[in-house]
Amino acid sequence: MAKILTVDDSRSIRQMVSLTLRTAGYDVVEAADGVEALEYASRNSVDLAIIDVNMPRLDGIALTRKLRELANWRFTPILILTTESSQERKQEGRAAGATGWIVKPFDPDSLLATIRKVMR
Amino acid sequence: MNESISSGSEVGRDAIPRQYLSFLLEDEAYAVDILRVREIRVWEHVTPIPNTAAFIKGVINLRGTLVPIIDLRERFGLDPRPYGPRTVVLVLVVADAGQERTMGLVVDGVSNVCTLAPDLISPPPDFGGAVHAEFITGLATLEGRMLILLDSDRLLNLAEIYAVGQVQQQANLDASPPPPSGEGD
Amino acid sequence: MTIDPRQFHQVFFEESFEGLEAMEQALLTATPGQVEAETINAIFRVAHTIKGGAATFGFERIAALAHRLETLLDQMRAGKRLLDEPAIELLLGGVDLIRAMIEGARQGIGIDDEAQVGYISRLEQAIKGEAISPTPLPSAVTARPEPAPKAPAPGWRIRFRPDPSILAHGNDVVLMFRELSGLGDFQVKADLSALPSLPELEVERCYLAWQAELRGAVERRAVEEVFEWVADESELEILPIQGRGLPQPAAPVTDEAVPSGAGEAVPAVAVPKAATLQEAVRRVAAEPGGSIRVSIEKVDALVDLVGELVITQSMLSRLKGAVVGELGERLVAGLNQLERHTRNLQDSVLGMRMLPIAFVFNRFPRMVRDLAAGLGKQVVLEVQGESTEIDKTVMEAIGDPLMHLVRNAIDHGLEQPQERRSAGKPAAGRLSLSARHRSGSIYVEVRDDGRGIDPAKILDAARAKGLLSGDAPVDAEAALNLLFHPGFSTAAEVSDISGRGVGLDVVNRNVRALGGSVGISSDLGRGTLFTLRLPLTLAILDGQLVQVGGSNYILPLEAIVETIRLEPARLSSLAHWLELYLLRDDYIPVIHLARLFQCREAACERPLVVIVGYEGHRVGLVVEQLLHQQQVVIKSLESNFWKVEGISAATILGDGTVGLILDISGLIQIAGRVLGETTGWRPHRTASSEARP
Repeated sequence: MAKILTVDDSRSIRQMVSLTLRTAGYDVVEAADGVEALEYASRNSVDLAIIDVNMPRLDGIALTRKLRELANWRFTPILILTTESSQERKQEGRAAGATGWIVKPFDPDSLLATIRKVMR
Repeated sequence: MNESISSGSEVGRDAIPRQYLSFLLEDEAYAVDILRVREIRVWEHVTPIPNTAAFIKGVINLRGTLVPIIDLRERFGLDPRPYGPRTVVLVLVVADAGQERTMGLVVDGVSNVCTLAPDLISPPPDFGGAVHAEFITGLATLEGRMLILLDSDRLLNLAEIYAVGQVQQQANLDASPPPPSGEGD
Repeated sequence: MTIDPRQFHQVFFEESFEGLEAMEQALLTATPGQVEAETINAIFRVAHTIKGGAATFGFERIAALAHRLETLLDQMRAGKRLLDEPAIELLLGGVDLIRAMIEGARQGIGIDDEAQVGYISRLEQAIKGEAISPTPLPSAVTARPEPAPKAPAPGWRIRFRPDPSILAHGNDVVLMFRELSGLGDFQVKADLSALPSLPELEVERCYLAWQAELRGAVERRAVEEVFEWVADESELEILPIQGRGLPQPAAPVTDEAVPSGAGEAVPAVAVPKAATLQEAVRRVAAEPGGSIRVSIEKVDALVDLVGELVITQSMLSRLKGAVVGELGERLVAGLNQLERHTRNLQDSVLGMRMLPIAFVFNRFPRMVRDLAAGLGKQVVLEVQGESTEIDKTVMEAIGDPLMHLVRNAIDHGLEQPQERRSAGKPAAGRLSLSARHRSGSIYVEVRDDGRGIDPAKILDAARAKGLLSGDAPVDAEAALNLLFHPGFSTAAEVSDISGRGVGLDVVNRNVRALGGSVGISSDLGRGTLFTLRLPLTLAILDGQLVQVGGSNYILPLEAIVETIRLEPARLSSLAHWLELYLLRDDYIPVIHLARLFQCREAACERPLVVIVGYEGHRVGLVVEQLLHQQQVVIKSLESNFWKVEGISAATILGDGTVGLILDISGLIQIAGRVLGETTGWRPHRTASSEARP
């Protein structure tokens, strides 16, 4: 089963992402912020990470940058979740090594459609 | 489902035979819906509850739940019988004022479990035996013997028990008044 | 569709309330104009999280408001604006409004439009005050894909040369092609022309380019979306196919004709069974920070089970002497261990019901601030002992009484700045809230340094109301206690004189219902102190077992003042079960429990009198025997029975039988009632009658 890491400090968004993915048959690991996610990532590999941009402790952009430094994460698809539809934020994400982005608000269906773009 | 309702009977609301637990009281056979019976226990020590009628024997611990015990004989004014090894307590779960309540019922003895199709049950009579007619939901004949079906929700309705208890207590007080106040004892 | 976002609403509401509370706390503790960047960041994140959630779950107006707050906070984050006093005020207003809107959303009711419009225009002005116009709102409607209009082109010719670093971003060209082939008839040809010679080739770089044709009724937007994430770094050309053999488009093909909606093919998802969904929700309900949310029912079920375990353990411990020799020693060692573990387990489980009292105290800074501002008073709030842990049920029940006392203190207790100055006090009044844990109880104090209460005025009012007859001297403490009398507080004009008294009887009743008590002391001109004594927990009790009428009853240990042997000569009878007893130089009422409870009185040669005190009142209880002391798990008798006078609850004793717990305050009341009927006696407070602390 493909494993997805979802990182968001918002419990409701995290639950929605997580349940949506589980219902679609993915295995989901949750993290509440960047530090937690990085801690997990340093010991585990996943098939996809979905990361919120705005988080306490370690934000999504910085997390993405750090994940790309990990050997087992070099080619892992990373999608960042952002409410800003501004080109600037997306480019920042790309520069940090993100595969793509999902603009909030989104619904469960569009989330699934999006992740199929990066999951084999 | 409706086709097998026996004509003229209001008892058989559906055709599915139900199971009943029958028990003895003053040599009459009574029965309650077995789905209401949580368990059957032998008589054990009860903790008396102060200022309650004599038919409220007290309260027992049923795996952490406090269960009040009612003596059915005394409840209906029959003479108390000494409790023996055949004396049993039926622990019933009843619906009372919108919530579930667990209560125990002391009876003379349990006979058995029987299955009754609705068409075997006739409507309740206007008169009662030891148990008053208002608590009877129907009558059935089983192996040549009359079986009186009881409404356990009604029987163990707390408000009713309280009211009956008050009346009995008052009657007892009137019969044997306590020493009047002010006199040494 | 399959997943209904509404199932996450509850979590969103809870999370938003928590966030708003944190935001409010941060704003209240901030020093205007000198707020640290991390604090502003934290506040910003709350607004941001609420915005994201609200937009996702379809609460557009909440999202819009949160967005504006976020914009304002962003200006502060960027150092373009100071988080000063007016800004704090404005943001607090926002907290209130969002809270009300979320509460409204939760209950399915709308909230006052005018309040929203008024607030938003204030917010807009503040935002524009710095000449920074807000960024356009993300529309919450985009959550639902709009139906896609028919595609105008027979297909697209695509040329794609990605940046060589594309693989390092986790992008996968094969997946993009797979997606394109899902849109229509897709054919692709690789262009190897940029492939370097082998020695120069880096395996992690992508040197290939592709030319492809996608035939079918596909929107340009759908094609663009496939390349959305990589388009900026790639060479990408998407041109309409001008081929034959395919139906011609009904409309001319232009870029302008492409709708801008986020249309996207929606794949089907397996419909989950309701049960699995709920299970999944429960599974993911884990919170960050290593804690989980568990319903209080589950904890209580655990408390019950542990209670059962304690009983089993104490039954087993009777076997200690049953086996002799080496086996017996091992048994004793094992049983001792079991006892220790059981006690630790019980402590841990009961600890699960405990929460820091800060959960209640936290609401006061805001309330004090608002109340003081509204009355033109200056108040400094001091909070102490907020980490004191208290049973959740107790905590929920003391919120309102505490609120009442705090409101009273600010409203009536503390004076206007001018009045304070002329009394030689600092202009700002001091209000302190404290909590501490002492000998099995929690003490919560509400203290102010205001004008205090004049006992003489209370006595006058009480006499006028007929609550007090005669001119017998009443000490100050007894006079103050009259404030808790129901008849007192209903008298409106009395509260004007005393400055207090409104609803204090309700405070008193609520606290007593928990098994606690309220005390009051006041120093005229210097201030007033209310002390709430609360039980540490409602789940267990330190009990003294006594025998009455042959049965075992439990007395709360903390109520016992002393135990004496009954000397019949000191008794003077009043009623069948109630007598007066000469204790040293004082007559106290004595209840013959066995007679009151109408049990057959066991023959007892030397009965005992247990003197119990509650709220300063004393009565003696005649019992046959004092047995051992034991910690008992409190169980309600009322789940299957009715409330019995003189009994507060029940428990299960070591032998598995039920023991009833005596209701001390109830017994004192019964005695007082009968005494009042026969002698006109009222329970009163005497200095020597204080219950053991």
